[in-house]
Amino acid sequence: MTELAPEQITVILATDCGSTTTKAILIEKQAGHYRQTFRGEAPTTVEAPLADVTMGVRNAVRELEDLSGRRLLDPEGRLIRPAQAGQGCDIYVSTSSAGGGLQMMVAGVIREMTASSAQRAALGAGAIVMDVIATNDRRRPHEQIQRIRELRPDMILLSGGTDGGTVEHVVQLAEWIAPARPQPRFGSQYKLPIIYAGNRDAAPLVSQTLGNQFALAVVPNLRPTLEEENLGPAREKIHDLFLEHVMAHAPGYDKLLQWVDAPIMPTPAAVGNILQQIAQQEGINVLGVDIGGATTDVFSVFDGQFHRTVSANLGMSYSISNVCAEAGLEAILRWIPLEMDIRELRNRIKNKMIRPTTIPQTLDDLVFEQAVAREALRLAYQQHRQFAVSLRGVQQQRTVGDLFAQKASGQTIIDPMRLDLLVGSGGVLSHAPRMEQTAAMLIDAFQPEGVTRLAKDSIFMMPHLGVLAQVHAQAALEVFERDCLIYLGTCVAPRGQGKPGSLCFRYELDGPGGAQTGQVLAGQWRWLPLGLGQTARLRIEPARGWDAGAGSGRSVQTLVHGGTVGLVLDGRGRPLMLPANPNQARTLMQQWVAEARLYATE
Amino acid sequence: MTQAYTPGLKLAGRIRHRVCRRLPIPGEVLVQVGQQVSAQQVVARTWMPGEVTLLNVAHRLGVAPAEVPGLMQVQVGQQVQAGQLLAQTKGLFGLFRSPLLAPISGTVENISGVTGQVILRGPPQPIELLAYLAGRVTEVLPGEGVWIEAHVALVQGIFGVGGEAYGPIRLACQKPDQPLEPECLDQSMRGAVVVGGGRVSAKALHQARQLGISAIVTGGIDDQDLREFLGYDLGVAITGSESLGLTLILTEGFGEIGMQERCWRLLSSHEGRLAAVNGATQIRAGVIRPEVVIPLDDFDPKTQPSFPKIDPAEASTPSEWPSGGTALPVGAGASGPTLQVGSLVRIIRAPYFGQVGRVIDLPPMPQVLPSGVKTRVAEVQLSDGSRVIVPRANLEWIEEN
Repeated sequence: MTELAPEQITVILATDCGSTTTKAILIEKQAGHYRQTFRGEAPTTVEAPLADVTMGVRNAVRELEDLSGRRLLDPEGRLIRPAQAGQGCDIYVSTSSAGGGLQMMVAGVIREMTASSAQRAALGAGAIVMDVIATNDRRRPHEQIQRIRELRPDMILLSGGTDGGTVEHVVQLAEWIAPARPQPRFGSQYKLPIIYAGNRDAAPLVSQTLGNQFALAVVPNLRPTLEEENLGPAREKIHDLFLEHVMAHAPGYDKLLQWVDAPIMPTPAAVGNILQQIAQQEGINVLGVDIGGATTDVFSVFDGQFHRTVSANLGMSYSISNVCAEAGLEAILRWIPLEMDIRELRNRIKNKMIRPTTIPQTLDDLVFEQAVAREALRLAYQQHRQFAVSLRGVQQQRTVGDLFAQKASGQTIIDPMRLDLLVGSGGVLSHAPRMEQTAAMLIDAFQPEGVTRLAKDSIFMMPHLGVLAQVHAQAALEVFERDCLIYLGTCVAPRGQGKPGSLCFRYELDGPGGAQTGQVLAGQWRWLPLGLGQTARLRIEPARGWDAGAGSGRSVQTLVHGGTVGLVLDGRGRPLMLPANPNQARTLMQQWVAEARLYATE
Repeated sequence: MTQAYTPGLKLAGRIRHRVCRRLPIPGEVLVQVGQQVSAQQVVARTWMPGEVTLLNVAHRLGVAPAEVPGLMQVQVGQQVQAGQLLAQTKGLFGLFRSPLLAPISGTVENISGVTGQVILRGPPQPIELLAYLAGRVTEVLPGEGVWIEAHVALVQGIFGVGGEAYGPIRLACQKPDQPLEPECLDQSMRGAVVVGGGRVSAKALHQARQLGISAIVTGGIDDQDLREFLGYDLGVAITGSESLGLTLILTEGFGEIGMQERCWRLLSSHEGRLAAVNGATQIRAGVIRPEVVIPLDDFDPKTQPSFPKIDPAEASTPSEWPSGGTALPVGAGASGPTLQVGSLVRIIRAPYFGQVGRVIDLPPMPQVLPSGVKTRVAEVQLSDGSRVIVPRANLEWIEEN
């Protein structure tokens, strides 16, 4: 651990050990500000025959050395610390999702209440939730026991009952887990950790039931009352056990743990950390997505509430075939402006699945991958909306007005109209050859309503910054603001439907290029230039039946921010409906692609 | 990234190979160090705990959970037979007692006074572990399993379905790119590991199953045909547990693609020899590729240098490579073979999918592809003499022994 004061720290090295790639970034203090300066990457090396994560880290750091000219490793391959002229670094931090990340099983009494809270705790801590066991999940007890038996989780989070509430049902869950004797994923040499975060009155009985077959840790109830969630202690315990058990058994992590100046965080936990800090600092609602090869993570902070979901089998390589199976090839084809051979496409999908590291060489290959990405993102967002809900089971005081509003507990808190910032990251979004392609994929999949800023995390730096924020918040926030996000621009999209060609809205735009007015018809979108760092005053007058945020047909005035793409005035309707007829859908896509110059060659 | 990742597949005419065979739970090892074993010989055995049956006794008898332990007529650990009295209520003055009979035979595992539940565990199920690799036992992991070693010819496939299977190698095609159709198969191939050539059709797979063929090893398949054979669309490439009655191993991938010449020659040269195959594939963390293992001769560990010790707990794949491996970072000389000018490569993505050629240049600067993607590339001379530019990430290095 470094003993330097925060202000003395001038060079920071951060890595993210992903399941396929280890990414390293260098942050340096320049003219009083922290800036991300160089980046290197190398294949992750947790698999046989190398089976040592630090080899991948060293390779990524060596690339940083080549690019920056700064020597970071000594001849023995150790990090040089502290920073001196032209060599070394002051802090080294890392996240990890290698080896499949942190895999958990959670259990709670009622699926929609304590089990749901337990799931939120596990997901928020960066875990992949393999299954949720609840007394009311419609499976019969022997089926649940069989399922527990088949899983090989890294740990189990057991919750259930509010404090002073049911004991019987909580003990029942423990009685299912005990005979199932699930085996830990990495070897059978250690006891499977179980975190108990349920009714405190049941803790002694749970302990007695589980006996000494498991490593039981008891933490305060994550749902002490129906009105309250207390996920912090369970999340912290998950992180502790992640380091003690999972990381300690992963190849080479014993060494990596000695190198770092802050505890290694699961990658998604670090991303959640930085997004929460930004939402809080700016007072905005944020939605973030990271689409990887195997999974897609969606993060949201709405009204200060943080949610994260992992769509375990929605991704662009390992899981690409599953995206096609879940969405259906027809749903993917509607995003493609070209005619394609179905048989050939199906084979192409499977070949990508079995050789996940390949990249599209031809334009039609790229168009197809981006169409698959739209569906993967759409499905992941759908799952996130269903999961990010207000606490279920809360007793609500209702007034006469509420009777008409028909609001109940357990509704999604994701309101696309109130979304301020949408951030995309992950290979297919970050490495898209044109920024317009990234913006279009985000808009088509998430369908933001009203006025929403779009950004991409250019090189997926959020994990590094999330873990860095633990030890040097100032550096993390400065880099986030200056280097992490690339603002694409702003999307303006009224909610509603209209006959194609009818008026959707009129607009008046007053920006650096002067004042201009115009109109957008239903079924159209218009892409207007508005540069990075520029702003413009925008007045929208929606037609009847269209809502841009102030109600149907009511005008909206706002300040819009530019970006690498500019301003997207989207009159295609919300929800976005595409023609069922493939030929009509293709023609429409051709118009949209042409307007946005998505695949134009310079 | 400067170091492209090109997962090459193992193709070896003769290597020293070892596999770790482990029971899922502790049991009994039946062989000794130094013993020669055949592929289908049982090397270890265990008993899997039986199925669990939960009985909500409190609910069934209409009593409070706390009363249940006092009403039980059997004890924890006791064996019970189906129909045997498990518990009964006290009744009224000893009359009108409600009985509860055991629904299955098994052992009483738990009686809970908190939930009123009783757990019965059915009789244990035997699990027998086969050697898989015909060879010599070089190490016994007491109560867990064994390491077996042999000299083998080894072919790693890119994708497979179905589990372990055994049989003599039989050739069904005359050339490596000849499609494998039903007419290539006949009765004499029953129980064999049949080596095809190019794309196998769904009809041929059904025919193979009907004929009782153990496994098919061929170049490619159409996704549509795989779906038809499996009965569902495969979402994630984690396979091996399917009960198909036939193991399928693809050496190249999906589509109209012939088996790589070297692979076909290697398999053809062993026609008639016994092989063990495994279709299990896992492309995500802990990569497992399907394989064809052909033991070559008797293996005597006394005359061989010993392998470095590998902790069996970390051996996540069924077999361990003695040297080399599948991860081939370009330029990372210390960690394995590298992609160089002159390397023999296979292109693994459109528009040159399946073609084999030699690297003739590795330009250091990234180039823009027709897709607009900017990446580092290689110039490859194809077998017809033409030269093409291919992203390095789309190349698979072919090992030349």
